[in-house]
Amino acid sequence: MAWQRKILRVDLTNGTCKSEPLNMEWAMQYLGQRGLATKYLTEEISPTVEPLSPENKLIMATGPLTGTMASTGGRYSVITKGPLTGAVACSNSGGFIGAEIKSAGWDMFIFEGKAPQPMYLYVENDKAQLLPADFLWGKSVWETDTLLHQKHQDPLLRIAAIGQSAENGCLFASVINDLHRAAGRSGVGTVMGSKNLKAVAVRGTLGVGNIRNPKGFMKSVVAGKQVLAENAVTGQGLPAYGTQVLMNVINEMGALPTRNWREVQFEGAGKISGEAMCEPRATDGKANLVTNAACFGCTIACGRISRIDQEHFSVKNSPKYWGASGGLEYEAAWALGGDTGVDDLDAVTYANYLCNEYGMDSISFGATVAAAMELFEDGVITTADTDGIELRFGNAEALCQIAEQTGKGEGFGKEIAQGSKRLCDKYKRPDLSMTVKGQEFPAYDARGIQGMGLTYATSNRGACHLRSYTVASEVLGIPEKTDPLVAEGKPGLVKAFQDLTAVVDSSGLCVFTTFAWTMDDIQPQIDTACEGNWSVEKLAEAGERIWNLERKFNLDAGFTAKDDTLPERVLKTPANAGPAKGRVSELGAMLPEYYELRGWTPQGEPTQETLERLGL
Amino acid sequence: MMRIKLKLFASLGQYLPPGAKQNIAELDISEGMTIAAVLGKVGVPRELVKLVFIDGIHQFPQDIDNRALESGETLAVWPPVAGG
Repeated sequence: MAWQRKILRVDLTNGTCKSEPLNMEWAMQYLGQRGLATKYLTEEISPTVEPLSPENKLIMATGPLTGTMASTGGRYSVITKGPLTGAVACSNSGGFIGAEIKSAGWDMFIFEGKAPQPMYLYVENDKAQLLPADFLWGKSVWETDTLLHQKHQDPLLRIAAIGQSAENGCLFASVINDLHRAAGRSGVGTVMGSKNLKAVAVRGTLGVGNIRNPKGFMKSVVAGKQVLAENAVTGQGLPAYGTQVLMNVINEMGALPTRNWREVQFEGAGKISGEAMCEPRATDGKANLVTNAACFGCTIACGRISRIDQEHFSVKNSPKYWGASGGLEYEAAWALGGDTGVDDLDAVTYANYLCNEYGMDSISFGATVAAAMELFEDGVITTADTDGIELRFGNAEALCQIAEQTGKGEGFGKEIAQGSKRLCDKYKRPDLSMTVKGQEFPAYDARGIQGMGLTYATSNRGACHLRSYTVASEVLGIPEKTDPLVAEGKPGLVKAFQDLTAVVDSSGLCVFTTFAWTMDDIQPQIDTACEGNWSVEKLAEAGERIWNLERKFNLDAGFTAKDDTLPERVLKTPANAGPAKGRVSELGAMLPEYYELRGWTPQGEPTQETLERLGL
Repeated sequence: MMRIKLKLFASLGQYLPPGAKQNIAELDISEGMTIAAVLGKVGVPRELVKLVFIDGIHQFPQDIDNRALESGETLAVWPPVAGG
């Protein structure tokens, strides 16, 4: 089984918590987590619902392998209609709360309505109750975590919370769990804030024991762990250097978007790289990196725990930032560093801390600051708009100041909090917004890595690298090397990655396992844990079904093929240096073939035949 | 002799000649030296070589023994790594 077969439905308007059985018919089609929660969401809300209205719903969902002994089986996702994009939003996080929800006996929490006053959900196994959160409202994620642990006198309580940014309507607010793991993107935290739901605190002691074939499961789990341990990437590369090792790789190949995508190589990349994090600082002789860290059940342990020099300007007068904390991961380091032109590692680390503390998506925050910096450099905005902040590319002090303002919803931070698209629209320079469907790009230039352009344009949650990480193939040669500068063949690659990732995101496993695991490693773990005869073919079809369900929701919400596009800077302005010099994204050559491979019309809509084939 | 730029990243950084900064060193090599020869010169174990770029362009495994460096080129090498 692996599923707990039980959902907690939380009616925030009326203050009730009710248990209901999991729809197993849907579980057989959508597996769990991302897929199954999206099925619930699309059945229960109108696609045209206003994301920040009480009629929108927010689902915290685990997968069937969440909380089991499978390596990385600690993931959970937050699913809702996103306020940043107006599209389906699904943000995945590690840490420990996913496994705790499952161990408390639940597959999902579905939040509906809006609480009349700030509340938090407290769950201790079967017992679930909404409690007043007046003492938490206005507090940061970190303060909320401390206060809830104190109140319940339980050090093992696992907490997911929003910070002040979500309360203030920042459109890229995250749900942060375990202090510094984030269901980061698309403003899922903003939706939580709009419902007056401050936090979810969970303690589970029941475990996840209901495995279909326990002996077979343990055998496949042990085999899977051996593959991860023996693979040089998951066994050595990721634990030692984390995702941040990519900073120099992507810069070297001329695909590191720099200064709001004006350039493709950052001269300061080395200073904010994974290697730099391991180097003793000139100032205090200590390295930025303290240790690596693992999420629940993970045998890779790619997480970074860092520490800032106490004499650094950002923290000199703030001892609360002197201890070790989460980050930097590559995406955050790029958005807060390369995209803003800031090469001060401690400043970038500090800005990342603030994103966790105030509950903001570090990618969207950094990318929006980058757009604001270009507006400033172009003279569209001045210090009169920014409350005196010299918002120039490379200004580390400005980055730190604007991070605090955005987190608190003060000054020009209120403008940043609306995201890059709305900011650039307001100042009549929409061309400077590096977004798709309203969501900011992550850290790979679509001119130098062609598959990523198609990935961004077709991602169901707006620009995102985690919907089909073709970087694995185009740059790292996993599972096989393809040429990043060539568009040919990429539609099929993108579709394959999209469908596979949808399966992994619906299982409870981490997508990073796929640097070592193929479907042949994943399938036995799912099939021995879950009833339903999950063959590789059935899993692949589930992935395709999930992708099409998300697509259909977005089409019903008003999106069209015209939204499957990229900013003109990527389509028309050639890369300025490196191997991709002179190239633009060849999206136009890839998109028709992609639609065809998907079984969609030239207008990007699933054909009746495709819908019927997938049971949609 | 000619001069190239050698960049060794992640765990390969320990094989850089003394004086290297931010994983980068200038290196004098003989004409015609292949990628394998250059890496052998500084002692990088072959089994640790995974990702190889010359001036940012990916080099396939079969290139390692055959591709000769030219003056002014940048050779960048990583062990098996990934991110996201």
